[in-house]
Amino acid sequence: MARNSTISKEQVEHVAWLARIELTEEEKQAFTKQLNEVLDYFKKINEIDTSNIEPTYHVLNLVNVLREDKVEPSLPKEDALRNASQKEDSFIKAPKII
Amino acid sequence: MKELVNTQRSINLEKDQVKIGLEIHIQITALKTKLFCGCSSDYRGKEANTLVCPICLGLPGSLPVTNKRAIDFAIMVALALNSTISHRTIFYRKNYFYVDMPKNFQISQYDKAGGVPLSTGGIISFEVNGTVKKVRIKRVQLEEDPARLSYYGTIDSSPYTLVDFNRAGIALLEIVTEPDINSPDEARLFLQKLRSIIEHLGVSNGDLQGSMRCDANISLQDGKRVEIKNITSFLEVKRALQYEIIRQKQLIRRGSTVKQETRHWDADRRLTISLRTKETESDYRYFPEPDLVPVEISQTWIEEIRSKMPELPDERKIRFVKEYGVPEYDATVITNSKALADFFEECCRLYPDAKKISNWIMTDLTRNLKDLGIEISESKIKPKHLTDMLRLIDKGEISGKIAKELLSKMVSTGDSPQTIIKRENLLKISDEAQIKKIVDEVFKEFPKAVQDAKKDPNAVNYLVGQVMNKTRGKADPEITNKLIRKMLAELE
Amino acid sequence: MVDYSELTCHELKEMIDKREVSSEEIVNSVFERIHKFESKIHAYISLFRDSALEEAIIIDERIRRGETVGKLSGIPIAVKDIISTKDKVTTCGSKILENYIPPFDATVIERIKKEGAIIIGKTNMDEFAMGSSTENSAFGYSRNPWSLEHVTGGSSGGSAAALAADETILALGSDTGGSIRCPASFCSIVGLKPTYGLVSRYGLVAYANSLEQIGPMAKDVTDCALLLSIINGNDYRDSTSAPFPNKNYMNALVDDVRGLTLGVPREFFGEGTDSAVEKLVWNAIHKFEDLGAHYDEISMPHIVYSIPTYYLIAMCEASSNLARFDGIRYGFRAEKDDADWNEVFSLTRQKGFGPEVKRRIILGTFALSAGYYDKYYLKALQIRTLIKNDFEKALSKYSALIAPTMPTPPFKIGEKIEDPLSMYMIDIDTVPINLAGVPSISVPCGFVNNLPVGMQIIGRFFDEETIIRLAYSYEQNTPFHRKKPNL
Repeated sequence: MARNSTISKEQVEHVAWLARIELTEEEKQAFTKQLNEVLDYFKKINEIDTSNIEPTYHVLNLVNVLREDKVEPSLPKEDALRNASQKEDSFIKAPKII
Repeated sequence: MKELVNTQRSINLEKDQVKIGLEIHIQITALKTKLFCGCSSDYRGKEANTLVCPICLGLPGSLPVTNKRAIDFAIMVALALNSTISHRTIFYRKNYFYVDMPKNFQISQYDKAGGVPLSTGGIISFEVNGTVKKVRIKRVQLEEDPARLSYYGTIDSSPYTLVDFNRAGIALLEIVTEPDINSPDEARLFLQKLRSIIEHLGVSNGDLQGSMRCDANISLQDGKRVEIKNITSFLEVKRALQYEIIRQKQLIRRGSTVKQETRHWDADRRLTISLRTKETESDYRYFPEPDLVPVEISQTWIEEIRSKMPELPDERKIRFVKEYGVPEYDATVITNSKALADFFEECCRLYPDAKKISNWIMTDLTRNLKDLGIEISESKIKPKHLTDMLRLIDKGEISGKIAKELLSKMVSTGDSPQTIIKRENLLKISDEAQIKKIVDEVFKEFPKAVQDAKKDPNAVNYLVGQVMNKTRGKADPEITNKLIRKMLAELE
Repeated sequence: MVDYSELTCHELKEMIDKREVSSEEIVNSVFERIHKFESKIHAYISLFRDSALEEAIIIDERIRRGETVGKLSGIPIAVKDIISTKDKVTTCGSKILENYIPPFDATVIERIKKEGAIIIGKTNMDEFAMGSSTENSAFGYSRNPWSLEHVTGGSSGGSAAALAADETILALGSDTGGSIRCPASFCSIVGLKPTYGLVSRYGLVAYANSLEQIGPMAKDVTDCALLLSIINGNDYRDSTSAPFPNKNYMNALVDDVRGLTLGVPREFFGEGTDSAVEKLVWNAIHKFEDLGAHYDEISMPHIVYSIPTYYLIAMCEASSNLARFDGIRYGFRAEKDDADWNEVFSLTRQKGFGPEVKRRIILGTFALSAGYYDKYYLKALQIRTLIKNDFEKALSKYSALIAPTMPTPPFKIGEKIEDPLSMYMIDIDTVPINLAGVPSISVPCGFVNNLPVGMQIIGRFFDEETIIRLAYSYEQNTPFHRKKPNL
């Protein structure tokens, strides 16, 4: 079914797992189609030769932005826990590991 | 002797070709705050989630700011390890999901794809059975600690996980070695040396729970590499590696293959368990942290750190030999622990004979600590206690035998020698009349021994021993010996 | 009876100083307006009428007592819901943060509060700033006050609509790929994306860290300059914040552009540009000429690669930035019996995120993953260098560049939402600016069938003064900023 797609449905599933987003079957199909369209358009970037061009990670050339090792007040416990939907004592409760 | 035989039986180094690489994480406990925020780093014993802020909780909109002093310490460690410091170092995001991750990425460093960690290369040398072993260092880098997890029961049976973010964001130094280590015992010795270096630099306090952790990579006979995580203290490393070697050898014996996987060390049950993750999660999708800018480490900065560096264990060892005249072997052992080396030097300040001090440390003190299963820093004995004891011996107030007893009690109670002597009446008996009374008693109780001693002068020792027994070692042995011979002669 | 909601901040400030109006009256006036039109416009996600009135009363009391008050004292301001406001729900337009209450204020919020601004509500937006029409909001789309069947633009659509409908006096937005300028253009208001690093990002929920800035949105250039003057300046909490102290831009409000040179890059008028839009922007360029500026047509050859370059960088950064939303520390958390952490995370994000957010996270994760990093992410960063160089080259010769903000007038609600790529394409004129990091202001420059069209004035790094000056002068000599929608 997929003529030379840039990203296959299996890849979409794998990447969705890496990103911890459970997709429905409809989403897997729709996204595979849409992402292929987008990536096909993005192929445009291959038109241009960028060998020997340095990547730009930051537009300003700042370096050494550092702070002193000085203690600042932490959040009050109530504020830190306020948004956690599950708590036990002052711990945040998360699902089991295994 | 016994231990050595067991080890030899279970690990045939050449045949098994054990290759161990270590990934060590050391908290920079000398810092007052965390790596990227101003929360206090003093989290031990504090109520959960009371030392957090938007940054270390990973609240949306929060941004990290790098602690300069963390870089200072990292530079210091790199210098001590002879590691080449990068001129320009960058923080990277290591992307993976887990319950202990406030942002589900860790701000760390990377050594591929344009990433430059704080330093690369380096060597740590240490002694193994009298020879020098060198382990190569791959890199030294900075990263943040995740949160602390606790369970209801064990990790694989707990119905939920409790998360405390107080530890999240604490500065970690990651030191990665090449797989140059060839046995669990070598791993232990390597870590001992590393810890001594780190403590001498004042970067971290190894006594604090969880301040030094280790992941290990181990392969046998050039097979697949198994990663062991969650080794929470250096003490546990040897145990974990020993277990894993046995496990792998059993698999091989049964004809199964060792899988390449990550296993979790359970210190309570003393075994490694497979974490059954769907995939190895090795795709961390590293890319430079966009919220942080590069750190440029100038030569000036490096020299500033170098000029203020404390004395390293190897330097200290050389100085001990030179200044105190102790044997090189003793100096090596003592400087393998900063706490012990500090103890030794303080003793030398209080008492002139360094060799005597070092002898007592190397034999009885070490043995006492081992028996109690503690380190010098956990024991209550003070340097002055040891030196006072030595003076008492010099003055003849206690015998060598009593001194050994005394030392043992000082180690476990922290009481001064004077206190203990008084309490247990341990002073040497040098009064001839007192000793003669005991000798008379012994002669009455052991007539056959007396007859034996008359014939064979060596059998005198038995009688001396009995006097010692009765006086709990306090009788002056020379005087006792003299008296017994005299009395034997008189019995003719 | 004066409807204070229709006035600008600088007009109201003058009246407040002269005691001609109280803050309470202004806030009431704005809320009456909201009451009247909000059901049609839906510019807001949350409104704070009670606290706004309380604050207004306090400020009025202080003014009565003759105390010195801040430069924004008593003035209602709407804040895009992606900016953290302490103790007030901040949703980012997403179900996953529907009940999230930040325990801290963003730096810009601290600064406007310090000057006495009254935050009257949080405005609607595309979920996590991902979108150009505000149709991606989990709480429903906003409508364009100029024509209710048309989009407001996005992602700061709510802020723009609120200004256009006089449902607020001032507003804050954020711009990652045009999210301030696009809705400014579509709603006929003024919006400025500052130079990267000029305004602190502390408290701005991150979509794409290396591209975005918080910026002022207002009814005219003067108000825009006023708000920018308050929020800019170095913040030690933002490591990417420029090392400059706070700057006042009010002196740039000068109606004199003689001698300024303007570059007109032809790549911004390329395929897909509506001819009516092109005509209006050229009218504006000729207006500048009349006012004494000089223009040249120039070429910036790498602009044509902007869309894929922008989207790749943005999606990669976003895929990592949004990983934190797992329901554990905050936000929506899915319930599932006996589920382990992997299942709970995956279900939470499945239910909590909308489709566009999911698409971008997946694409971004893909582009960063093993084997694709060099081909996509790194490549995009290299093209970014070329685009940035194009700007630096052009701006070394010209004081500013002129371009359309959007290639078309506002489109109809529902027109592009089914086709993600078609939606991405409309960002063609705005994204290059974010890639380079330069500042840009969008001002109204006309209407096509009563639908607004905006023009971009793009400046040099940290030279907001020049673009403000050009914008102000243009505004003073054209009628567009005075036109209001028929609501």
